[in-house]
Amino acid sequence: MQSPLENTVNALETLGQRAILFFNRIGRSALFLFRIFQSLPFALFRPWLIFQQLYSVGVLTIVIILVAGAFVGMVLGLQGYNILVRFNSESSLGTMVGLTLVRELGPVVTALLFAGRAGSALTAELGLMKTTDQFSAMEMMAVDPFKRVIAPRFLAGFISMPLLAAIFSAVGIYGGYFVGVALLGVDDGAFWAQMQKSVDFHEDFMNGVWKSITFGFVATWIALFEGYDTVPTSEGVGRATTQSVVHASLTVLALNFILTALTLETT
Amino acid sequence: MTRHTLEIWVGIFVAAGIAALFMLAMKVSNLSTVTTGDTYNVTARFDNIGGLSVRSPVKASGVLVGRVSNVAYDDKTYSAIVTLSIQQQFNQFPKDSRASIYTAGLLGEQYIELSPGAEDDYLKDGDRLMMADSAMILEQMIGRIIADKISE
Repeated sequence: MQSPLENTVNALETLGQRAILFFNRIGRSALFLFRIFQSLPFALFRPWLIFQQLYSVGVLTIVIILVAGAFVGMVLGLQGYNILVRFNSESSLGTMVGLTLVRELGPVVTALLFAGRAGSALTAELGLMKTTDQFSAMEMMAVDPFKRVIAPRFLAGFISMPLLAAIFSAVGIYGGYFVGVALLGVDDGAFWAQMQKSVDFHEDFMNGVWKSITFGFVATWIALFEGYDTVPTSEGVGRATTQSVVHASLTVLALNFILTALTLETT
Repeated sequence: MTRHTLEIWVGIFVAAGIAALFMLAMKVSNLSTVTTGDTYNVTARFDNIGGLSVRSPVKASGVLVGRVSNVAYDDKTYSAIVTLSIQQQFNQFPKDSRASIYTAGLLGEQYIELSPGAEDDYLKDGDRLMMADSAMILEQMIGRIIADKISE
């Protein structure tokens, strides 16, 4: 039977261990990012490696982005119309659909889907490479895995995210247009005119682009780090894949709140 | 998959992404309607600007001719000084034009309406509009009506 004092000391010890592990991991992920940056110039000299990754990270994610974007836009059109028609202002449907997609939903939902579709694949791939000692094998052949494997994947994710987010928003706006104008009878001219009037190029459009660039950076970084930092067992790879999606999604959502709070002008 | 088809797919992806960005910039945002051309600044003094703020529209006969670029408070005269940036292509407003703050719709955004005067000289950069009507504040008007009713 342990005394209460011992119990407290044990609890404190566990807490301390956890905290050290946590900060240890953050430090390692920062070093990991630093090594990626160091290897980026070498990756740029081998564009073929980046193309390959652009295909598996970007092209293969397009379908899910197209379908999700169309449906999100259609729901926005339907829901927005139902609310706005009560105030006789269904002509501002374009404003609502455009602002929501360009500012918030486009970058965020794309980043969540990206973390689920592309991020998990990256983590599993790297995790399995580590488990089967492929990184050590490369190093023995004097091939730097950062230059050869990790940096091209990072660049591909970083490039793909803003493009995917733009596709998502564009498809979503046409989805909203289809439901609002073609099905529910909102005026065609009013839809676009109201949207153009209220969506500002610098404040809203560029804000969305910056957000998607930030999310692409963070989601790819987390996915690659989780894969590289895997405990080299089958169970470890599974856990790393799950963690990659969870951590990337939560980080994106929290970061989105911070970015919105920082950029939303309250004059 | 051969190297060739993979490259085609990546090309399609990048082209679609750039096309989407372009579509969002031109068709959804106001980039196509923003004129980045030269502007000239004139100031106007208002007793009360209501909800007017930087980037509020400046209109003439309802057409957008410029935007509010600055709002300042002058504590010597206890009034607001509003700087209007008007596009250079509309440089033929008479010197005695009048600036009035109106509201679009009952509860809409506030904007400045320029009504041309009759003088032969035109406004130029740095001029001050002599005639300026303050914003209509709904509460003040209601208060006045009630006060009138009571005094009757």
